[in-house]
This record gives sequence, structure tokens and C-alpha cells, in this order.
Amino acid sequence: MRFVDSYLEGVRKIDEIIKYAKIEGEVAEIDARDLRHKELNDLMRECVLRGARKLILKNVCGQRYIGTRLFFNPGVNVEIVIYGTPGNDLGAFLSGHRIIVYGNAQDGVGNTMDSGEIIVHGRAGDVVAMAMRGGKIFIRDSVGYRTAIHMKEYKERIPLLVIGGTAQDFLGEYMAGGRVVLLGLNLKNGKHKSHYIGTGMHGGIIYLRGKVEDYQLGKEVGVVDMEQEDWKFLEKVVEEFCGHFGNEIKVDKDEILGEKFMKLIPVTKRPYGKIYAY
Amino acid sequence: MIKPRDDKDFQACGLFGVMDRSGERFNGKMVVEAMKNMHVRGNGLGGGFAVYGLYPEYKDYYCLHVMIQDWNEDAKREVDKFLDANFDIVHDEEIPTNEDANVVNPPLFWRYFVYPQKKGDDKRLSDDDYVIKKVMYINTKIKDAYVISSGKNMGVFKGVGFPEDIAEFFMIEKYKGYIWTAHSRFPTNTPGWWGGAHPFCILDWTVVHNGEISSYGTNKRYLEMFGYYCTLQTDTEVMAYAFDLLMRRQKLPIEIVAKILAPPMWDIIDHMDEKRKKLYTTLRMVYAPLLINGPWTVIVAHHGEMFGLTDRIRLRPITAGEKGDLLFLSSEESAIRAVCPNLDRVWTPHGGEPVIGRINEKALKKVVE
Repeated sequence: MRFVDSYLEGVRKIDEIIKYAKIEGEVAEIDARDLRHKELNDLMRECVLRGARKLILKNVCGQRYIGTRLFFNPGVNVEIVIYGTPGNDLGAFLSGHRIIVYGNAQDGVGNTMDSGEIIVHGRAGDVVAMAMRGGKIFIRDSVGYRTAIHMKEYKERIPLLVIGGTAQDFLGEYMAGGRVVLLGLNLKNGKHKSHYIGTGMHGGIIYLRGKVEDYQLGKEVGVVDMEQEDWKFLEKVVEEFCGHFGNEIKVDKDEILGEKFMKLIPVTKRPYGKIYAY
Repeated sequence: MIKPRDDKDFQACGLFGVMDRSGERFNGKMVVEAMKNMHVRGNGLGGGFAVYGLYPEYKDYYCLHVMIQDWNEDAKREVDKFLDANFDIVHDEEIPTNEDANVVNPPLFWRYFVYPQKKGDDKRLSDDDYVIKKVMYINTKIKDAYVISSGKNMGVFKGVGFPEDIAEFFMIEKYKGYIWTAHSRFPTNTPGWWGGAHPFCILDWTVVHNGEISSYGTNKRYLEMFGYYCTLQTDTEVMAYAFDLLMRRQKLPIEIVAKILAPPMWDIIDHMDEKRKKLYTTLRMVYAPLLINGPWTVIVAHHGEMFGLTDRIRLRPITAGEKGDLLFLSSEESAIRAVCPNLDRVWTPHGGEPVIGRINEKALKKVVE
């Protein structure tokens, strides 16, 4: 039987694919149409090594791990502008760069992202911000299942995920840290459909605008009152959101902030601590 | 006998389905291009296609696509004899294949266009049930022979290879259909062999599946009570039989069937209004052995209808897209965009909620009558 590594089979070397990039000073434009997953990431890396600090990717269609291979010494941060539909694990392990997507993203946006920023002018799939540990993600529309699963934080490194629309089930599952803001701007009847919100959550905060019934929440989260500093935080976040997407969707900062937000925090830091210990 | 590989690969399968709801037929080029876009979801150990509206010139006859493992001549002879005794064979031929295609050790594929010749007790069976009975006989009793599709005006082409290799082998682009589903396989727990590739088919029902069915044993035993026997060494087979039982024989609509295979959790049923609570509780009690557990997404088709469904907590992905009469279902949005960049709408259903494409009434008549 023939076993093939479908990621690596047929991957071309840099000198064969450099023709797909046009580098002018600090700007490189890459036509991704005929590039495979690894080829695109190799080429992006090559462009940065040749001095580019802004990468414009055209005709992206399903290429995975975009931005993952761009780990450099601190100080080299690039902007990556994507036209098309980037594939799974966009910005996985992202290290300080800024990714802007004009289109929809798929599953695993910002998987274990370390730092930097991802802005999606569209929707995203499942497990957005999985195990994210720093940086910011802004999604204009809605997201799929298990958003922010096991997102974490350490001291001053607190990741932020802002979603303009709604989320499907298991938002914030096993969340261990960070901030998730769900704005619910596209809800038709003001209600989120998501169930099991914050199941297994043991750190971080979810801010939720729009209606959610008690039974839609996991057993491990509680609703607490919003305080002054929460509003101050949200004001900054919503302003940033409007800055990114204000030209495309109708958003009004004061209107958004004029409505009720729910603040969800974990009831305990170790929800399952007693399961295996007697 | 097929020896399972003892190592285990963890990856995902790739699914794609496209339907023209006006019944217009189109060739396989689009679906092959879409599968190429999701190349990395498979590992070359399985690929396949189901095509509806495939044999308009023989649309009144059941078409049996039969796979003869190892080109076993005895098996072929026995199948010929068995079919001749139980059906009128109006036409039969080897399924044309391309010898230059990048596949290893392909079996023999033969297609028979047949009409049931019922005798004795079998006269009480409907044509469909008669065909199922005979298909089950071939699959379980004739060594090295497997019926890989058995519907009218449709067919399944599948084998070991990447979908684009299988497409080349069967010269898929020459065929036309109004529904196409496709699969790229990354076998997990079961062997990668020609019969184990997707789609799985019984009559005109086909299933392509990503995931694994942890309730397989329970489901299989339940289906055996209704005369369905699983022989293809892959969990997906139970899905094809479950859909045939629930939708064709028991005439339940997919909206209900979805809630049998992927029922809401009890704690969600608890919060429903009384009427819905009663319905969902009843379904869970009556059809408990058909709850399909584990992570799964399927694209199912039969004449006039194609739908996508995931397990209730959507552990495998699906994306739906629409452009005019075309409905797309795919593991990834990019595969849809690769063949139709400007969609009218693209969305992802909640776990356990089917996305349904139905052909319009007029077009359905054209296709099945």
C-alpha cells in the first residue's frame, strides 16, 4: 500500500517558487493561487528575509498555517494582508505579526498564538483562539464551535478575542485565562443560540452582549456584576472593533456600550480538582 | 482477507457535495477540482464519488456496480450466475478504467443493469427490498464480490488512492450528474482497501463520512434485525443502512431522522416546551440504538435530495454554500470557493441540524420517472 505525506509531497524549493512573489522595497506581493501550504509559508519567510515588512497575499484558497513560519528575533514584525479564504490554523503560534483577512477564515484561527494581531473581515470557523496565550483577534461576524477553548494568560500577557456576531456551542470551554468579548451585533431576536458556554472554565473573563438563558451556561461559570473597570476595558475594545470594521458594518460605539453586558467568570479555579482525589 | 495496518494515522477526511436543484446535469470536473483543494485531508488510502442522474438511458433499471476483489474469476462467474437467476440483466459491461491512472492493484469493476425477477416468497417483497436482499446475499455469501452501488440512474466509483487518482482511474470527468458527492479518506481504525473507500451505498442512498462511529457495535446489531449486514469493515456502512431504514422504509423526513441520529442532549430537551419535549423524548426512547455516537459529519444523497449532518456537538466540520440553484456542502469553505468564488451565501449549521438541498418538483419528475 502506498502512503503519501500529502503536505510534503511535491513541495518545490524557493528558487522554483520565487517567481510568484513581487518584492518592491518593503512590500512583497505573493500570488498564492498555485502554491501549496508549505510553499506559501516558505515564500513568505523568504520575502521577509529579503527585506519585506508587508506581505500582500492574493488568491489565497485553503492554504494552512499562514504566518506560522515567521519566527524571527524580536523586533521584526510584519503585516500580512490576505485576500481570499485562508485555510485552517491561520496564524498558529503567531509571533508578533499582524494578519488582516479580507474574506472568511476557517477552523483554528490563532491556534496557540503567542503575540500579534489577527483581524478577520468576515466570519471564522471552529476553535478560534484555541490555547491562545497572547495578542489580539478581532472577528467581524460569527464564529463556530469551541471558541477560545483553553485560552490562557500569564501575568501581563492577557490574550483578547473580540467577536462581532455570535458563537456556536462551547464558547470558552476549559478557558484558563484571557478575555473574550462577544458583541452579538447580528442577532435577529437578540438571543444567542450557544449552549454550554464556559463549560470547564477555570480562568479569564467572558463579556457577552445579547440574551443568554441560565441553562445555556456551563456549570463552571457564574454571572457577576459589571464594574467600573469592566466598562473602561470594554470601551477601549469596542472602539478598536469599530475602528477595524466601521466602514463595512453599521456599528455605533455608544449604542453597543449602551446595552447590557453579562460578565462571566469561573466559579472555581479547579473545577475538576476533586474528581480523581479522595 | 484485508490486514489492518497496525499503526494509526490521525487526520481528517475530506467531504464535498454539490447539487443542482434544477436537476441540470454537469460533469465531474468541478467536484474533482474541489477535492484537489482539500488534498491534505486525505492520505491516498481512499477516494470516491457518487453520481446521480448518471444513466438516463437505463433509468428504469437498477444498476449494480460490482467489485471483484483480486479479479477472482470464480467470484465473477458466481455473481453472473446469481444475477441471471434472480434478475433480468438488460445490459452488463466492465466499467471502463484508465490503466495509466496512479492506483495500485485495482480490482475488477463490472456494472449490471437489472430488473427484478421475483419468485416464490420473494414476490411479497417490494422491488427495493428484493434488491437489498440480493445485494446482501452477494456481499455476505460470494467471496471476493461486493456490490458497491445498487440504485437506479446513479452509481458509485471508489477505490484506494487520492480522489483525483480515482477520478482519473474511472475517467470521472466523462460522467454527468445533478448531484455529486465525494470523499477523500484518511483511514483511522479500519483498513484502507478498495471496498472500504467511501461513498457507501444501498439502493440509491449514499453516504460519505468524516469521523468515527463509536456506537458502531450497537448500531450494527440493531440494523441486523432489519436484514442489513455490515461486510465492508468500515463504520460508515451502518450510516447508509440507517438512512435506508429510517427514510425509505419508515418514510421519516430528514428533519426527524437528524434528531434520531444526533439527538439533542437530555439537559437541552429538559428546557423545551412540552410538545417538543415529548417528541424528542419519544424519538430517543424508540430509536436509542440508532443514536450515532462519536465525532462525525456526513453528506448523504438519494434521488432528489442531498443533505449534510454532523454529530450533535459538531466534532467534525461542515460548511454550506449557495449560488443560484447550486448547493454546496464541504469540509472546508476554501474547496467551495475554489470552484465557485462568488457565493450568494455561506454558513455553518449547528451540530445535529441538517442542511438540506431538494430538487424542485418538476425537475424530480425528469430525473426519476
